[in-house]
Amino acid sequence: MFASNDKSDFLIGTATHGHHQIEMACETCHTDAFGGQDALQAACLNCHAQELEDAHDSHPKKKFTDPRNADLLEIIDARYCISCHTEHQEEQTHAMGVTIPEDYCYHCHQETLEQRESHKGLAFDTCASAGCHNFHDNRALYENFLVANANQPWLNQTRISPARNAAQLTAKKNSAGNHHDFSEYISKHQDIKQDWLASRHAEAGINCGGCHSANNSDQWLAKPGVSECRNCHANETEGFMAGKHGMRLSDKLSQRLNPITPAESRLSFKESSLHTQQGCNSCHSAHRFDTASAATEGCLSCHNDEHSLAFMDSPHGQLWQLEQAGEAEAGSGVSCASCHMPRIEEKQNGLNIVRVEHNQNMNLRPNEKMIRPVCMQCHSLEFSIDALADNDLIRNNFNGKPAVHIESMDWALKRNRNHSN
Amino acid sequence: MKNKSLLSLTLAFSLVGLAGCGEKPAAGIAPEKYTDSLFAVMKADRTNYTKLIVKRLGPKGANVIKPDEHWKDIENGAMLPAQMFRAGAEAVADMTDDFTYSLQSLWPINKQNAPKTPVEEAGLQYIVDNPGENYYGEEKLGDVTYFTAVYPDVAVSDACTSCHNDHKDTPKTDFKVGDVMGGVVIRVPL
Ligand code: HEC
Repeated sequence: MFASNDKSDFLIGTATHGHHQIEMACETCHTDAFGGQDALQAACLNCHAQELEDAHDSHPKKKFTDPRNADLLEIIDARYCISCHTEHQEEQTHAMGVTIPEDYCYHCHQETLEQRESHKGLAFDTCASAGCHNFHDNRALYENFLVANANQPWLNQTRISPARNAAQLTAKKNSAGNHHDFSEYISKHQDIKQDWLASRHAEAGINCGGCHSANNSDQWLAKPGVSECRNCHANETEGFMAGKHGMRLSDKLSQRLNPITPAESRLSFKESSLHTQQGCNSCHSAHRFDTASAATEGCLSCHNDEHSLAFMDSPHGQLWQLEQAGEAEAGSGVSCASCHMPRIEEKQNGLNIVRVEHNQNMNLRPNEKMIRPVCMQCHSLEFSIDALADNDLIRNNFNGKPAVHIESMDWALKRNRNHSN
Repeated sequence: MKNKSLLSLTLAFSLVGLAGCGEKPAAGIAPEKYTDSLFAVMKADRTNYTKLIVKRLGPKGANVIKPDEHWKDIENGAMLPAQMFRAGAEAVADMTDDFTYSLQSLWPINKQNAPKTPVEEAGLQYIVDNPGENYYGEEKLGDVTYFTAVYPDVAVSDACTSCHNDHKDTPKTDFKVGDVMGGVVIRVPL
């Protein structure tokens, strides 16, 4: 049985929504039968360390290792991810994969509720569930940030999303410079040639052999896959493999798994899509690689939940359709990808790189993660916090104004006023 | 690493000697001397960071960096001296378990810097009541006994007092230059 690749008999309980896709690659997390908590911790970090770093994690392990915290660690050992995120415990797992009671803040932050005027009488299970705080990621929620971004108009209508340039600027030179003569294939596929001619690949001089050859050789490769795309689109591929669409193909797994299909997911999907295996081509159809279609049709051809179905009629969806029809400025529309796979601007070697974050989870849960990289590109902080706290508004794809108001900014401003007086 | 474990070994021996278990004290570093030396390095680094970096390059000097609590979020952001100190403590914790240290106060801006153990509490009170003196004690945390030393952290300039007195989260608004504002707590497992 140990030698077998089918480990389903070992599963002690269904894995969370975060890990169920890869639960059969047991050794990805269980790297060492006798390694204990430290081995598991190393496995968590192997996939999630960068994300925590990027989030300016408010509670990194290093804040807890001082022995003065020994008595606190006896209650919750915050040095280890699994103290709060125990896997295979579906019955006890609530939002964000947390498996401990939601009033966990109490154990270290009692004094805030006792001493801070605005917080008196609040319940400890509301700290992290009411849109005010987050255990790991408070980049958009900390007090000074609230104050600095207060009193802004809810919408900045002039925002244009920046043009992508990551592949152009970061792809390794010659990584797709295969100029072997594959003309026999080209002559057989005139329709494909037309698609290619309309593509950005053609514009950039990436010809058939750039993708259709194994390791840049003269060997024709009929079906290039993720690894060929990766030659030029490294960071996009890494994002893809870190998220829900591509995690089964991640290099970090202990064994190779088949790409996920909607049928194996726990979300709601269109009947016609159920057996589509996820790879680059499932959204970016060859050979046009039309990014506009990937950014919305790519999503909507599979996703069938209320939020997705409401997109086209939503204000965002309307803007997107206007842009696609040529009736609004390029970059003024809002696609599914604008929010869930946003364009990220960052400096690398002095260059201003604009790339698309292909890890859909980077800006999904907890949804406060979206505030700065996504919502605040066009909306005020206050509006963004309120909108993301309104579940009905999320379901109807932001068709209307938030009906909830989160008071954190009011409190921060009040404390600021009192302090300066 | 080898040198460090050797050090803690001699330390342990000399402590047994101090405790008077009848054994001949082995030659080694007395725990006070060990923590005093560590404190000297910490204090030198803290002063240098404050003077040579924050003061020289910050708004009061060349004005090319911006010391700020949320330094990560600001393009020219630089850690506050207290954060720099903690970053050092955290980096040390990644390298060795042979000692740990932290900056604390009876009037902390960051409530996590308040004393947590009776020895911390007694030590911080002692250095306030007895300016210029250090405090040494022993305590058991979890299953481990520690030698714990507490050193005064003094308001060396009005930058210390004005920033603390004006901070939204400070419980004390009348620090004066020369006051003991808090203490450095160094812990060595025995
Ligand atoms: C620009 C503002 C600023 C200056 C200048 C400053 N501090 Fe602080 N100090 C802080 C902040 C903010 C914290 C809390 C940092 C944390 O742990 O998050 C702090 C923490 C401390 C602590 C730990 C207890 C606490 O309050 O949380 C001590 C002790 C301390 N500072 C002493 C000093 C001394 C002595 C100086 C002068 C050499 C100084 N500080 C200069 C802002 C400042």
